[in-house]
Amino acid sequence: MSNNRRVALRCSGLVKRFTDVTAVNQLDLEVFSGECFGLLGPNGAGKTTTVEIFEGLTKPDEGAVELLGQTWTNGGDRALRERIGVQLQETQLAEKVTVVETLRMFRSFYQRGHDVEDVIHTVALEEKRNARVGKLSGGQKQRLAVACALVSDPEVLFLDEPTTGLDPQARLSLWDIVDRFRSGGGTILLTTHYMEEATRLCDRVAIMDHGKVIALGTPAELIESLGADQIVEFSTTQPLEDDVLTNLPAVSNLHRRGETYALTVSEIGVALPALLGEIKRQQSELVTLTTHQATLEDVFVSLTGRMLRDG
Amino acid sequence: MADKENVIDQGGLPASEVSKSTGPGAVKGQRFHPLLELTTMRVREFLREKEAVFWVFIFPVLMTFALGIAFRNTGPDKTPVAIEAATTDARVSEIAGVLGQSPEINAMVMSPDEAARALRSGKVSIVVKPGNDSFDYRFDPTRPESRAARLMVDDVLQRGKGRADVVSVGEEKITEPGARYVDFLVPGLIGMNLMGSGLWGLGFTVVIARARKLLKRFAATPMRRSHYLLSFMLSRLIFLLLEVVAVVVFAWLAFGFTVRGSWFSLVLITILGGFTFSGIGMLVAARPTTIEGVSGLMNFIMLPMWLLSGTFFSSERFPQVFQPFIQALPLTALNNVLRSVMNEGATLTSNWIPISIMLAWCVVSFIIALKIFRWQ
Repeated sequence: MSNNRRVALRCSGLVKRFTDVTAVNQLDLEVFSGECFGLLGPNGAGKTTTVEIFEGLTKPDEGAVELLGQTWTNGGDRALRERIGVQLQETQLAEKVTVVETLRMFRSFYQRGHDVEDVIHTVALEEKRNARVGKLSGGQKQRLAVACALVSDPEVLFLDEPTTGLDPQARLSLWDIVDRFRSGGGTILLTTHYMEEATRLCDRVAIMDHGKVIALGTPAELIESLGADQIVEFSTTQPLEDDVLTNLPAVSNLHRRGETYALTVSEIGVALPALLGEIKRQQSELVTLTTHQATLEDVFVSLTGRMLRDG
Repeated sequence: MADKENVIDQGGLPASEVSKSTGPGAVKGQRFHPLLELTTMRVREFLREKEAVFWVFIFPVLMTFALGIAFRNTGPDKTPVAIEAATTDARVSEIAGVLGQSPEINAMVMSPDEAARALRSGKVSIVVKPGNDSFDYRFDPTRPESRAARLMVDDVLQRGKGRADVVSVGEEKITEPGARYVDFLVPGLIGMNLMGSGLWGLGFTVVIARARKLLKRFAATPMRRSHYLLSFMLSRLIFLLLEVVAVVVFAWLAFGFTVRGSWFSLVLITILGGFTFSGIGMLVAARPTTIEGVSGLMNFIMLPMWLLSGTFFSSERFPQVFQPFIQALPLTALNNVLRSVMNEGATLTSNWIPISIMLAWCVVSFIIALKIFRWQ
């Protein structure tokens, strides 16, 4: 996978400050051609600002961006814009016009691209072809937004939280579209705060927090970096002594959120009996106990002590 | 063709390689010029907004109708005159007799209280009080009809007492289209309508698109920004001629309104007016991010012009000190040219001053708007 790969997007030393906050703080990234790269992080981590700098919509205060071998300049960017497709998190398309009219308009902005009907087929909106945008469901609107990004047959597709607020069904259908674009050879940069989305779609993930990349790698590598494959979460009637828990066999890490303990565990068969024994020894009782395969969420928790959804 | 079938079967996008392999010159996806697409979009959005259609086409026609009826030219009413009489009196009946003979005067005998009240409320224009061998007139000199009544009553009473005319006068009475209130009104309504639809139509659409981050989305495409702004002008062009035709045709049918100047001049000045207010609309919409913000700005700009620019009454009525300011307003300039072309049959060249004023507004607002336009 990683031999002699072309770089589609590279940024170095990226900084963007707003009046009260540094949204992007010394960011370095490389996205390879043909991969799906995910920026994963809670709300306010600086994902949208980063993507909009890549898209040439926001100027960074410091640092450089190289997209498809080009840089954003003042004006003269039209050639580069021809080659990318963009879906913005907050855009609401005009409600009084229909799906096909919207796509035709977007298509007209580009020298080359797909047939509008093909794109409608790709995002499975044939039945809504002549429906007004205002009448579409959330998922359909989002598919249309992605269709507007796809209509130019872009080399790089930017998707900013494409599935936020969608129901599971709508999310699945969007994932399909992303998969198909990628299997056609396209490069994708997407942001999300859903770890399952990043795991499912992305070849590589950068976990962002407070404008910085705090972890980078394939989802599998990142989960592996926890040194564990299971997470044991439990709560007890009495508080337990933290350091004793950390010293239990096969336990590599401990996080505590309120009443709940989360143990990062390499061998659950070893760790669980030891834990139960320890709870008994401390004369406490289990209230809840769950275990699951480690996920990117756990990676984030172990790096920041917070949940992704906490924001 | 096989490629295409295949693609559809997969339910997937034709990958770049696939579409390229369809052969050289096979430009997939026919497209129209972006300016045409954007303009069509404007037109669609406008036509699908029923309220907008009402305000732009129906409202001015209703307005013309209502005002044309309210101020229609019927023969001048008789001037109401009160004769103040504390008691019945020979002089009172003599005055009543003399005034009653005039076809233009409606004389009423009233008690002093009644007469005072009638004068105050405007029911009569003047009160005549007989004295010993004299007449006292009581009237409000700031009311034009009272001043006219004074002259008329005095003339009739003096003649009744035997005053003779020194020279004989001939009279020629004319009432012709072009001099009536409705003739004054129609060009003003057209001007006001061009201003309103230019500012609202453009200002709202742009600010809504900005608030919904649609402008930002456009900025992320290779769309030429000038195309976006130009599409507003072109779509306005389609509608503004219809707006003018709707009002003029209605006024012609209902009130016999005629355009004395050339239709060509009228079309040109309408286009210039439409562009001028599109430019101002663009400037107003260049920065605000909320509808409230742009509404405030638009009212701030339009209200003074509704009052000052001679839509319903001549702007000449304002004091001389304000005239340079009033004449420099774009709506005053447009109204002046429209009236001069429609009512007086003037040419555009004779109106070069107001036309230059409009051109200046148009060009300057567009340039500033383009410079300060906020895309996100």
